Amino acid sequence: MSRDAILGTIRRGLKRGPLPEDQKAMLRARMAAHPRHLIPARSRLDRAGQVALFIRNVEKEFGTVERVPDLAAVPAAVSDYLAAHNLPPRFAMAPHPELQGIDWSDRPLLEFEARKGAASDQASLQHGFAAVAETGTLMLPVAGERPTTLNLLPDTAMVFLRASRIVGAYEEAWDLLRAERVDPLTGGFMPRNVMLVTGPSRSADIEQTLELGAHGPRRLHVILLDDDPAALPEAVAAAPDLRPEPARHPIAEPGEPASPGD
Amino acid sequence: MLVTSPAFKDNAARALESPGLQKALDRAKGGFLSKRGAAVAGLPEFERLRDIGRDIKNHTLQHLDFYLEEYEAKVQGAGGHVHWCHTADDARRAVLEICRRAGARTVTKGKSMISEELGINDHLEAHGIQPVETDLGEYILQLRNEPPSHIIGPAFHLNREDWEESFRASHTDLPKDRVFHERRDILTEARSRLRDKFLVADVGITGANFLVAETGSSVIVTNEGNGDLTQTLPRVHIVLASIEKVVPTLEDCTSLLRLLARSATGQDFSVYTTFSTGVRREGDLDGPEEYHVILVDAGRSNMVGTDFQDMLRCIRCSACMNHCPVYGVVGGHAYGWVYPGPMGSVLTPTLVGVDKAGHLPNASTFCGRCESVCPVKIPLPKLMRHWREREFERHLTPSAIRANLGLWAWFAMRPSLYRMATRAATGVLGLLGRGKGSFRTLPLAGGWTAGRDLPVPQGGTFMAQYKRRQRGARP
Ligand code: SF4
Repeated sequence: MSRDAILGTIRRGLKRGPLPEDQKAMLRARMAAHPRHLIPARSRLDRAGQVALFIRNVEKEFGTVERVPDLAAVPAAVSDYLAAHNLPPRFAMAPHPELQGIDWSDRPLLEFEARKGAASDQASLQHGFAAVAETGTLMLPVAGERPTTLNLLPDTAMVFLRASRIVGAYEEAWDLLRAERVDPLTGGFMPRNVMLVTGPSRSADIEQTLELGAHGPRRLHVILLDDDPAALPEAVAAAPDLRPEPARHPIAEPGEPASPGD
Repeated sequence: MLVTSPAFKDNAARALESPGLQKALDRAKGGFLSKRGAAVAGLPEFERLRDIGRDIKNHTLQHLDFYLEEYEAKVQGAGGHVHWCHTADDARRAVLEICRRAGARTVTKGKSMISEELGINDHLEAHGIQPVETDLGEYILQLRNEPPSHIIGPAFHLNREDWEESFRASHTDLPKDRVFHERRDILTEARSRLRDKFLVADVGITGANFLVAETGSSVIVTNEGNGDLTQTLPRVHIVLASIEKVVPTLEDCTSLLRLLARSATGQDFSVYTTFSTGVRREGDLDGPEEYHVILVDAGRSNMVGTDFQDMLRCIRCSACMNHCPVYGVVGGHAYGWVYPGPMGSVLTPTLVGVDKAGHLPNASTFCGRCESVCPVKIPLPKLMRHWREREFERHLTPSAIRANLGLWAWFAMRPSLYRMATRAATGVLGLLGRGKGSFRTLPLAGGWTAGRDLPVPQGGTFMAQYKRRQRGARP
């Protein structure tokens, strides 16, 4: 059997049999404790600094961010964004209670359906679970209320995010997921799928030249709700940009040479 | 994938005479290097992270059996299946069986080097199932029936004219006289073509950059989003992953992810880094109903406990080839198998046999740049030297003849590869022969070409052409 052959060859190479139980227990304890390694200093900032770092990194990766003071401001933000890009006032929305609870009636022209993404969708509004300032990355774990296809199929992806859900490093986002989610199937915390999304889709496969909008969205727009009293707009605007100079720029602008990569 | 490594020398000579390839290589020159350089300069902790990356991988390899079993249990707990495959044959069989049981007619694929290694596409096609590559670079290579030339930029060697020509030839339902004003138009055509494929596929096959034992997750890293569509839309998701991809925890994986994109494309993070764990849960609106992991050994377990164990740390970032002066002039096809550049020179002889690729480790100037950029600190020059010593001791005994027969059989099973081989040969041998203590002759290559019908390279010897180019390149 392949399984025995593979494990047997590995053990012969390591010059031992199966690990003794006490060693297995030690390794299992390490997995359960999942110790962190080095966390880069770039995200070790106060709240305003982290929110500023997140916004700057999203923009560096060709995403856009709009801040809104409260939930009531979301419909106008969505409607104005679509209009500004000459898109019809129509989108597929994540069936998330927070988005469904918004009063959309003051923008009666805005049409939306709460469902998963479809190939014909031009725009979507996703619900952000959390985000990582370190690289401007959104964490989007799948759920009935957060379908994965909304991240992928529309040409324009909008994501609603609370500023209080921005953390510094990926490890902190994993800990949010560990703390908040119980998987119905495994009893663990991982859903079927967790997407970490950094900017809109892109490719440099054609002559190593960067183009946005490969298979996924060409635009990524974050609607950021300012719900963190320690990171209100004035404080965020005042936060100095501590990124080293090379970390402030994308590897290339669209149309410029870039390394191809997956 | 077909092994043409024995013809490295001829391949390399041909590569130097190919204007298209040289144009592509020139275009790329410096790009990879400066991008990685900027990404590293942007993260002051990068060097310390390299030590951490090396240590995480070493720890895992020392307990590889344990972590694989833990990983398997977690996958099963999430409603998935793990198919242990000792040989490439086992893996091909397992994939085909799953596709058949799913009644699959079309299978979409994310980019996977292990799929190239196993020759999954040919195998599926031979059994009436249509595989569709969805990574843009892989897609055009499939249209052109060419192998990839770079592990993360498979169509690295093609120019815009090649794309336009192939699209006109393949997308025959579109107006013949349509104009591609800019690269964007090529991209748009590919996107709409592939959209349709995604929607009708019965099975999606992806690779994996990492497997996480703590959670039973497989991780893919892409920029286009094709891998995510591949693993989200079809009813069945198959993951092809080799055994050394496993890491213990999400934190271990996260540290390695900080190294991967920076080393590969120079990005801080790729656009999509996605963790897949089992099947669609109750209440989910999308995601696959079946989740299968093909856990492939195909020669790797033999490396554990040997001089070559260090090579199992490789995270396939491509930094070593991007920084390799030999790769920079001959391109990827010359190496004759899936993995080019320094990592390929170490890995290919390990996986396909020193008989077939034992000379690849000579394709090095031993300048050491590969080791100095490798995010997991693999001592690539030392490992290449090991191979050269072994090759020397071996003296190519009758086992070489047996190996050649084996290779022939392997070849004959893969008709498209056979055809491909006669076009795109591989080789880096000539450069190796220069150093002291290395080989100049390749007894096997003679036997190979005699039976193989490889075109005779034109335009002088490899070394002559190489020197000519080097002179020409000097300011
Ligand atoms: S050997 Fe090192 S540098 Fe080369 S691909 Fe592997 S990890 Fe990257």
